[in-house]
Amino acid sequence: MRYLLVEDNQELAEAVVNRLALDGHAVDHAASLADAEDWLAAAQYDLILLDVMLPDGDGRDFLARSRAHLGTPVIVLTARSQVSDRVGALDQGADDYITKPFDFSELEARCRAVLRRRGGAARNEIELGDAIFDPLAGTLRNGATSIDLRNREIRLLEVFARHKGQILSKGQLMDRLFSYDAEVTENAIEVYVGRLRRRIGGMGVRIETVRGLGYRMETGEA
Amino acid sequence: MKSTGSIGRRLTLLLAGVAALLSVLSWWMVTSLARQAAERTQDNVLAASVTTIAETLRSEQGEVRLELPYSAFSMLGAISEDRVFYRVATGDTVLTGYEDLPVPAQGQSSGGRVFFETTEFSGEEIRMATISRLVLAGSQPVPVNVTVAQTRGGVASISAELSQLAAFLSVAFFLVAVSLSAFAARTSLRPLNEIAAAVSRRGPSDLRPLRRAAPTELAPLMTSLNRLMDRLGQSIRSAEDFIAEAAHRIRTPLATVRAQAEIALRSARNDEQKQRLRQMIRALDESSRSAGQLLDHAMVTYRTDDLVRSSVRLSDLIGKTVAGLEPTAAMKDIRLHVEMIPTMVQVDPVLMENALRNVLDNAIKYSPPDTAVTITSSEIDGQIHIAVKDQGPGLGEGPVDMLTQRFQRGSNTQGIVGSGLGLTIAKDVLVAHGGRLVLENLQGENGTCATLILPSC
Repeated sequence: MRYLLVEDNQELAEAVVNRLALDGHAVDHAASLADAEDWLAAAQYDLILLDVMLPDGDGRDFLARSRAHLGTPVIVLTARSQVSDRVGALDQGADDYITKPFDFSELEARCRAVLRRRGGAARNEIELGDAIFDPLAGTLRNGATSIDLRNREIRLLEVFARHKGQILSKGQLMDRLFSYDAEVTENAIEVYVGRLRRRIGGMGVRIETVRGLGYRMETGEA
Repeated sequence: MKSTGSIGRRLTLLLAGVAALLSVLSWWMVTSLARQAAERTQDNVLAASVTTIAETLRSEQGEVRLELPYSAFSMLGAISEDRVFYRVATGDTVLTGYEDLPVPAQGQSSGGRVFFETTEFSGEEIRMATISRLVLAGSQPVPVNVTVAQTRGGVASISAELSQLAAFLSVAFFLVAVSLSAFAARTSLRPLNEIAAAVSRRGPSDLRPLRRAAPTELAPLMTSLNRLMDRLGQSIRSAEDFIAEAAHRIRTPLATVRAQAEIALRSARNDEQKQRLRQMIRALDESSRSAGQLLDHAMVTYRTDDLVRSSVRLSDLIGKTVAGLEPTAAMKDIRLHVEMIPTMVQVDPVLMENALRNVLDNAIKYSPPDTAVTITSSEIDGQIHIAVKDQGPGLGEGPVDMLTQRFQRGSNTQGIVGSGLGLTIAKDVLVAHGGRLVLENLQGENGTCATLILPSC
């Protein structure tokens, strides 16, 4: 997926770019509305993350201006009070909004929801051996068999899929899967991994336990 | 506000006072004119009567003779039923008539002019006309006084009649004048009332200047009204801008720190470091959530002072809020079930969405993964109930009402980030709408039911 991030705060922008890159997305960063116009003229994006307070204007005005010729979904990043802002942003053509500071898991979830709702966007399928995983649709196909995965199963499988053959510790998985607003134990990870194993059994994708280190995804027959 | 009385009433009273004065004046004038006219008529007839009698004076063998013509008295009878007296005398000798009729004061008037006098006879007011004639009796002319008198009952009754008529007309004039002045007062005050109506028809947040044609006298009022609205608009905008700016200033650096901490967590190798970073992120979440909720709370308190109500479809309101929280719920594989009745509500949509979001956010936050949150709406006793049920741990020990108070959190919320303001905001919004928030544990099963109750419109 190719994202455009329009955000004037350099540190925050870097962090977001890095984080989205870890998930395998290509992210361009524009620090102003003028920059954003240039990037948009040069490339095709799947999703735009737009800050509302920018040095050369209000992101919402930009949104209202460019909505007519811009088919790309937009998620507005706002630091303002929801009470006064939310309605304005959505009415001017944003697909969703997220309040700063945001949880990356939540940002991810919202991006996914918007992309799924908008449909039509470029498919983002990942090949896992013989199987094909579509994280957006939440399906795993192998030949004629196809299974629908639930949200957390999708996210867990996506983390494994993007790090094929690497060992992922329980801690790493935990940080990717859960927001920090609830205390989660590493046992919960074992439960989720166990459930995912059962769900994808026989699809040609395996999650192996590497004792003392974590888990690793393998494709093909054991 | 101290009222200094109604301009309309004052104007009406003033005009009515003038009308009353004019009515009395005209009544008095008509009455006195009528009396004068009646008196003059009587005088003319009396004059004609004495002249006619005087015409018949002649001398015969040195004596003054006369014939009393019938017409002289019949003409007096024509104007009224009053009694008539007469006397013809030379000097002190009464030739004919009433001897005791008072002698005219100016008995010797001459020149053939009729002399009038008002006096009293046998207890009644009479009008006397006297004419002096010189009649040749023998060789020398003898002055003869002819006097005819009439009581004034007729004059009095005519003038009384006319005065009554005048009084009647005056009262009628007065009544017409009063209603016309009331009408005039209302008409001239109409533009003022129209402006007042135009202002009160507006919603509390409609602060556009008034642009309507107004009489010149009202132009200064309109100008100051518009200036006041402009100032009010500016102060509201600057308060909102301040809250927005404060939020921006607080949240942006927090967002940066949080993002960096998350990156650091990724690359951290050591478990102890990771644990510290997680705690740091939780603390950041807690403070940013509190800052956000505090600002929301300020905004809500500010807006509940005057609600910007509009007619909204309940299903749209709930649908929009639920759609906004769907991704958050999906992260925990929580299903959101919505059952809606088709109804319209009169609410401030921004505030109601905020209230609903806070309640739903709570339900999702305290729900274990793989459960469901149900949102149902119903109409009970003319009130709209929006019930949000979760399968979480319930409200825990302690009084439930405490939970809607500022910064109060339940006894079983350890380990979950929260500010203790969400339910306060929801409650404040509902109370501002004339409704309430009810929190209870579900009977016979795990979970909480939060019900948002709105008076139906």
